[in-house]
Amino acid sequence: MSGHASHEEHSHGSVKSYVVGLILSIVLTIIPFGVVMTGSFGTSATVLIIVATAVAQVLVQLILFMHMNTKADEGWNFMSFVFTVSILVLIIGGSVWIMYNLHQNMMIG
Amino acid sequence: MATDTLSNHEGHAHEHDHHDTAGTKVFGFWVYLMSDLVIFGSLFATYAVLLRGTAGGPSGADIFDLPLILINTFLLLVSSFTYGMAVLSMNANRVNQVKAWLAATFLLGAGFIGLELYEFHHLIHLGFGPDRSAFLSAFFTLVGTHGLHVTFGLIWILVMLVQLQTKGLTDMTRPRIMCLSLFWHFLDIVWICVFSFVYLMGVL
Repeated sequence: MSGHASHEEHSHGSVKSYVVGLILSIVLTIIPFGVVMTGSFGTSATVLIIVATAVAQVLVQLILFMHMNTKADEGWNFMSFVFTVSILVLIIGGSVWIMYNLHQNMMIG
Repeated sequence: MATDTLSNHEGHAHEHDHHDTAGTKVFGFWVYLMSDLVIFGSLFATYAVLLRGTAGGPSGADIFDLPLILINTFLLLVSSFTYGMAVLSMNANRVNQVKAWLAATFLLGAGFIGLELYEFHHLIHLGFGPDRSAFLSAFFTLVGTHGLHVTFGLIWILVMLVQLQTKGLTDMTRPRIMCLSLFWHFLDIVWICVFSFVYLMGVL
Protein backbone atom coordinates (compact mmCIF):
# COMPACT_ATOMS: atom_id res chain seq x y z
CA MET A 1 0.00 0.00 0.00
CA SER A 2 2.75 2.45 0.89
CA GLY A 3 5.82 2.88 -1.27
CA HIS A 4 6.84 0.66 -4.13
CA ALA A 5 9.27 -1.42 -2.10
CA SER A 6 6.55 -2.96 0.02
CA HIS A 7 4.21 -3.38 -2.93
CA GLU A 8 5.59 -6.73 -3.98
CA GLU A 9 5.00 -8.43 -0.67
CA HIS A 10 1.71 -6.75 0.05
CA SER A 11 -0.02 -7.43 -3.22
CA HIS A 12 1.04 -11.06 -3.28
CA GLY A 13 -0.09 -11.56 0.28
CA SER A 14 1.98 -13.58 2.70
CA VAL A 15 1.38 -16.26 5.29
CA LYS A 16 1.67 -13.50 7.88
CA SER A 17 -1.04 -11.31 6.32
CA TYR A 18 -3.46 -14.26 6.04
CA VAL A 19 -2.79 -15.35 9.65
CA VAL A 20 -3.28 -11.77 10.90
CA GLY A 21 -6.50 -11.56 8.85
CA LEU A 22 -7.75 -14.86 10.28
CA ILE A 23 -7.01 -13.91 13.89
CA LEU A 24 -8.59 -10.44 13.51
CA SER A 25 -11.67 -12.01 11.86
CA ILE A 26 -12.04 -14.59 14.66
CA VAL A 27 -11.83 -11.85 17.31
CA LEU A 28 -14.29 -9.65 15.38
CA THR A 29 -16.69 -12.62 15.15
CA ILE A 30 -16.45 -13.67 18.80
CA ILE A 31 -17.07 -10.13 20.13
CA PRO A 32 -20.56 -9.62 18.59
CA PHE A 33 -21.65 -13.24 19.21
CA GLY A 34 -20.46 -12.98 22.82
CA VAL A 35 -22.26 -9.68 23.36
CA VAL A 36 -25.55 -10.99 21.92
CA MET A 37 -25.43 -14.43 23.56
CA THR A 38 -24.60 -13.12 27.04
CA GLY A 39 -26.92 -10.12 26.68
CA SER A 40 -24.62 -8.04 28.84
CA PHE A 41 -25.28 -4.73 27.07
CA GLY A 42 -28.42 -2.72 26.29
CA THR A 43 -30.09 -3.05 22.88
CA SER A 44 -28.68 0.13 21.32
CA ALA A 45 -25.15 -0.57 22.58
CA THR A 46 -25.40 -4.14 21.23
CA VAL A 47 -26.56 -2.91 17.80
CA LEU A 48 -23.66 -0.45 17.74
CA ILE A 49 -21.16 -3.22 18.58
CA ILE A 50 -22.61 -5.55 15.89
CA VAL A 51 -22.42 -2.84 13.19
CA ALA A 52 -18.91 -1.73 14.21
CA THR A 53 -17.43 -5.25 14.30
CA ALA A 54 -19.17 -6.17 11.00
CA VAL A 55 -17.76 -3.12 9.19
CA ALA A 56 -14.31 -3.76 10.71
CA GLN A 57 -14.32 -7.42 9.67
CA VAL A 58 -15.44 -6.60 6.11
CA LEU A 59 -12.54 -4.12 5.84
CA VAL A 60 -10.07 -6.64 7.33
CA GLN A 61 -11.07 -9.25 4.74
CA LEU A 62 -11.17 -6.81 1.82
CA ILE A 63 -7.64 -5.62 2.58
CA LEU A 64 -5.90 -8.73 3.98
CA PHE A 65 -7.70 -11.51 2.02
CA MET A 66 -8.79 -9.82 -1.22
CA HIS A 67 -5.87 -7.36 -1.28
CA MET A 68 -8.02 -4.45 -2.37
CA ASN A 69 -6.07 -1.22 -2.62
CA THR A 70 -6.29 2.08 -4.44
CA LYS A 71 -3.38 1.37 -6.81
CA ALA A 72 -4.20 -1.91 -8.58
CA ASP A 73 -5.43 -1.51 -12.20
CA GLU A 74 -5.00 2.24 -11.88
CA GLY A 75 -7.55 2.31 -9.08
CA TRP A 76 -10.42 0.85 -11.12
CA ASN A 77 -10.96 -1.99 -8.65
CA PHE A 78 -11.34 0.49 -5.86
CA MET A 79 -13.45 2.94 -7.88
CA SER A 80 -15.90 0.21 -8.95
CA PHE A 81 -16.15 -0.84 -5.31
CA VAL A 82 -16.88 2.73 -4.18
CA PHE A 83 -19.52 3.04 -6.94
CA THR A 84 -21.16 -0.23 -5.86
CA VAL A 85 -21.21 0.80 -2.21
CA SER A 86 -22.96 4.07 -3.11
CA ILE A 87 -25.57 2.11 -5.11
CA LEU A 88 -26.06 -0.17 -2.07
CA VAL A 89 -26.56 2.84 0.21
CA LEU A 90 -29.25 4.13 -2.20
CA ILE A 91 -31.02 0.75 -2.52
CA ILE A 92 -30.96 -0.29 1.14
CA GLY A 93 -31.23 3.14 2.78
CA GLY A 94 -33.88 4.30 0.30
CA SER A 95 -36.00 1.14 0.64
CA VAL A 96 -35.96 1.21 4.43
CA TRP A 97 -36.67 4.96 4.53
CA ILE A 98 -39.59 4.82 2.08
CA MET A 99 -41.18 1.68 3.52
CA TYR A 100 -40.83 2.96 7.10
CA ASN A 101 -42.70 6.15 6.17
CA LEU A 102 -45.32 4.17 4.26
CA HIS A 103 -45.81 1.95 7.29
CA GLN A 104 -46.18 4.98 9.61
CA ASN A 105 -48.59 6.88 7.36
CA MET A 106 -50.77 4.00 6.16
CA MET A 107 -50.86 2.21 9.54
CA ILE A 108 -50.67 -1.15 7.80
CA GLY A 109 -49.23 -4.34 9.21
CA MET B 1 3.27 -12.02 -11.77
CA ALA B 2 -0.23 -13.21 -12.47
CA THR B 3 -0.49 -14.37 -8.93
CA ASP B 4 -1.65 -11.51 -6.75
CA THR B 5 -5.33 -11.11 -6.18
CA LEU B 6 -6.06 -7.70 -7.56
CA SER B 7 -2.89 -5.94 -8.58
CA ASN B 8 -1.75 -8.36 -11.17
CA HIS B 9 0.85 -6.90 -13.38
CA GLU B 10 1.91 -3.46 -12.29
CA GLY B 11 5.00 -2.50 -14.22
CA HIS B 12 4.98 -5.70 -16.25
CA ALA B 13 1.93 -5.22 -18.40
CA HIS B 14 3.86 -4.13 -21.45
CA GLU B 15 6.47 -6.84 -21.18
CA HIS B 16 4.18 -9.84 -21.05
CA ASP B 17 0.95 -9.87 -22.98
CA HIS B 18 -0.48 -12.97 -21.33
CA HIS B 19 -0.07 -11.37 -17.92
CA ASP B 20 -2.11 -8.43 -19.15
CA THR B 21 -4.85 -10.80 -20.32
CA ALA B 22 -4.88 -12.54 -16.94
CA GLY B 23 -5.15 -9.16 -15.18
CA THR B 24 -8.07 -8.17 -17.42
CA LYS B 25 -9.81 -11.47 -16.65
CA VAL B 26 -9.45 -11.01 -12.91
CA PHE B 27 -10.61 -7.37 -13.14
CA GLY B 28 -13.63 -8.44 -15.23
CA PHE B 29 -14.48 -11.00 -12.58
CA TRP B 30 -14.18 -8.27 -9.93
CA VAL B 31 -16.76 -6.20 -11.83
CA TYR B 32 -19.07 -9.25 -11.91
CA LEU B 33 -18.67 -9.57 -8.12
CA MET B 34 -19.66 -5.92 -7.74
CA SER B 35 -22.89 -6.58 -9.68
CA ASP B 36 -23.47 -9.66 -7.53
CA LEU B 37 -23.07 -7.40 -4.50
CA VAL B 38 -25.97 -5.28 -5.81
CA ILE B 39 -28.13 -8.45 -5.96
CA PHE B 40 -27.29 -9.23 -2.34
CA GLY B 41 -27.93 -5.57 -1.42
CA SER B 42 -31.42 -5.79 -2.95
CA LEU B 43 -32.12 -8.99 -1.01
CA PHE B 44 -30.91 -7.36 2.23
CA ALA B 45 -33.21 -4.36 1.52
CA THR B 46 -36.13 -6.75 0.89
CA TYR B 47 -35.38 -8.57 4.13
CA ALA B 48 -35.20 -5.30 6.10
CA VAL B 49 -38.56 -4.16 4.70
CA LEU B 50 -40.32 -7.51 5.36
CA LEU B 51 -38.69 -8.13 8.76
CA ARG B 52 -41.87 -7.31 10.72
CA GLY B 53 -44.18 -9.18 8.36
CA THR B 54 -44.37 -12.36 10.43
CA ALA B 55 -48.14 -12.87 9.83
CA GLY B 56 -48.60 -14.35 13.31
CA GLY B 57 -45.74 -16.78 12.69
CA PRO B 58 -42.34 -16.89 14.38
CA SER B 59 -39.91 -13.96 14.40
CA GLY B 60 -36.14 -14.29 14.14
CA ALA B 61 -35.74 -14.50 17.91
CA ASP B 62 -37.96 -17.62 17.95
CA ILE B 63 -36.15 -19.66 15.32
CA PHE B 64 -32.48 -18.60 15.07
CA ASP B 65 -29.96 -21.02 16.60
CA LEU B 66 -26.88 -18.87 17.34
CA PRO B 67 -24.41 -21.64 18.33
CA LEU B 68 -25.10 -23.32 14.95
CA ILE B 69 -24.53 -20.01 13.15
CA LEU B 70 -21.28 -19.46 15.07
CA ILE B 71 -19.97 -22.87 13.92
CA ASN B 72 -21.05 -22.05 10.35
CA THR B 73 -19.26 -18.70 10.54
CA PHE B 74 -16.02 -20.34 11.66
CA LEU B 75 -16.25 -22.99 8.92
CA LEU B 76 -16.54 -20.31 6.23
CA LEU B 77 -13.91 -18.07 7.84
CA VAL B 78 -11.32 -20.84 8.10
CA SER B 79 -12.13 -21.91 4.52
CA SER B 80 -11.33 -18.36 3.39
CA PHE B 81 -7.96 -18.72 5.13
CA THR B 82 -7.23 -22.13 3.57
CA TYR B 83 -8.02 -20.68 0.13
CA GLY B 84 -5.50 -17.92 0.84
CA MET B 85 -2.94 -20.64 1.59
CA ALA B 86 -3.81 -22.28 -1.75
CA VAL B 87 -3.02 -19.01 -3.55
CA LEU B 88 0.31 -18.70 -1.70
CA SER B 89 1.15 -22.29 -2.69
CA MET B 90 0.32 -21.40 -6.30
CA ASN B 91 2.72 -18.43 -6.08
CA ALA B 92 5.38 -20.89 -4.93
CA ASN B 93 4.50 -23.25 -7.85
CA ARG B 94 3.68 -26.14 -5.54
CA VAL B 95 0.80 -27.79 -7.37
CA ASN B 96 0.25 -30.58 -4.84
CA GLN B 97 0.01 -28.09 -1.98
CA VAL B 98 -2.51 -26.07 -4.02
CA LYS B 99 -4.63 -29.20 -4.45
CA ALA B 100 -4.40 -30.05 -0.73
CA TRP B 101 -5.47 -26.55 0.36
CA LEU B 102 -8.29 -26.53 -2.23
CA ALA B 103 -9.48 -29.89 -0.89
CA ALA B 104 -9.45 -28.51 2.67
CA THR B 105 -11.42 -25.46 1.47
CA PHE B 106 -13.92 -27.77 -0.22
CA LEU B 107 -14.48 -29.82 2.95
CA LEU B 108 -15.01 -26.70 5.10
CA GLY B 109 -17.40 -25.23 2.52
CA ALA B 110 -19.27 -28.53 2.28
CA GLY B 111 -19.59 -28.53 6.10
CA PHE B 112 -21.08 -25.03 5.89
CA ILE B 113 -23.63 -26.09 3.27
CA GLY B 114 -24.44 -29.26 5.25
CA LEU B 115 -25.25 -27.26 8.40
CA GLU B 116 -27.27 -24.73 6.39
CA LEU B 117 -29.31 -27.52 4.78
CA TYR B 118 -29.87 -29.00 8.25
CA GLU B 119 -31.08 -25.58 9.50
CA PHE B 120 -33.44 -25.12 6.52
CA HIS B 121 -34.76 -28.67 6.78
CA HIS B 122 -35.35 -28.25 10.51
CA LEU B 123 -37.27 -24.96 9.99
CA ILE B 124 -39.41 -26.36 7.16
CA HIS B 125 -40.09 -29.49 9.25
CA LEU B 126 -41.42 -27.24 12.06
CA GLY B 127 -43.76 -25.59 9.54
CA PHE B 128 -41.64 -22.45 9.30
CA GLY B 129 -40.86 -22.72 5.58
CA PRO B 130 -40.66 -19.82 3.14
CA ASP B 131 -44.44 -20.08 2.59
CA ARG B 132 -45.23 -19.26 6.25
CA SER B 133 -44.76 -15.47 6.21
CA ALA B 134 -43.21 -12.57 4.29
CA PHE B 135 -40.41 -12.51 6.86
CA LEU B 136 -39.57 -16.18 6.25
CA SER B 137 -39.81 -15.75 2.44
CA ALA B 138 -37.25 -12.95 2.62
CA PHE B 139 -35.07 -14.91 5.04
CA PHE B 140 -34.96 -18.06 2.89
CA THR B 141 -34.35 -16.02 -0.27
CA LEU B 142 -31.44 -14.07 1.21
CA VAL B 143 -29.70 -16.92 3.06
CA GLY B 144 -30.57 -19.41 0.32
CA THR B 145 -29.06 -17.21 -2.40
CA HIS B 146 -25.83 -17.06 -0.41
CA GLY B 147 -25.93 -20.83 0.09
CA LEU B 148 -26.48 -21.33 -3.64
CA HIS B 149 -23.41 -19.19 -4.36
CA VAL B 150 -21.34 -21.28 -1.94
CA THR B 151 -22.62 -24.44 -3.65
CA PHE B 152 -21.48 -23.14 -7.04
CA GLY B 153 -18.14 -22.22 -5.43
CA LEU B 154 -17.82 -25.86 -4.28
CA ILE B 155 -18.52 -27.11 -7.83
CA TRP B 156 -15.92 -24.65 -9.15
CA ILE B 157 -13.34 -25.95 -6.62
CA LEU B 158 -13.95 -29.50 -7.88
CA VAL B 159 -13.53 -28.34 -11.49
CA MET B 160 -10.25 -26.61 -10.57
CA LEU B 161 -9.00 -29.77 -8.82
CA VAL B 162 -9.65 -31.74 -12.02
CA GLN B 163 -7.99 -29.07 -14.19
CA LEU B 164 -4.95 -28.94 -11.86
CA GLN B 165 -4.71 -32.72 -12.21
CA THR B 166 -4.91 -32.71 -16.02
CA LYS B 167 -3.28 -29.38 -16.94
CA GLY B 168 -1.27 -28.33 -13.87
CA LEU B 169 -0.47 -24.69 -13.11
CA THR B 170 -0.62 -22.92 -16.47
CA ASP B 171 -1.46 -19.46 -17.78
CA MET B 172 -5.01 -20.78 -18.18
CA THR B 173 -5.56 -22.29 -14.72
CA ARG B 174 -3.79 -19.58 -12.70
CA PRO B 175 -6.24 -16.73 -13.48
CA ARG B 176 -9.13 -19.14 -12.81
CA ILE B 177 -7.75 -19.89 -9.36
CA MET B 178 -7.40 -16.14 -8.75
CA CYS B 179 -11.03 -15.50 -9.82
CA LEU B 180 -12.26 -18.33 -7.58
CA SER B 181 -10.18 -16.80 -4.77
CA LEU B 182 -12.03 -13.50 -5.16
CA PHE B 183 -15.37 -15.36 -5.35
CA TRP B 184 -14.69 -17.36 -2.19
CA HIS B 185 -13.50 -14.37 -0.11
CA PHE B 186 -16.47 -12.36 -1.45
CA LEU B 187 -18.89 -15.02 -0.14
CA ASP B 188 -17.23 -14.85 3.26
CA ILE B 189 -17.74 -11.06 3.28
CA VAL B 190 -21.43 -11.43 2.35
CA TRP B 191 -21.76 -14.00 5.16
CA ILE B 192 -20.36 -11.44 7.67
CA CYS B 193 -23.30 -9.18 6.74
CA VAL B 194 -25.74 -12.11 6.94
CA PHE B 195 -24.75 -13.26 10.43
CA SER B 196 -24.50 -9.67 11.72
CA PHE B 197 -27.68 -8.17 10.31
CA VAL B 198 -29.93 -11.22 9.99
CA TYR B 199 -29.01 -13.58 12.81
CA LEU B 200 -27.44 -11.42 15.54
CA MET B 201 -29.83 -8.48 15.11
CA GLY B 202 -32.70 -10.95 14.63
CA VAL B 203 -32.44 -12.37 18.13
CA LEU B 204 -32.22 -8.98 19.89
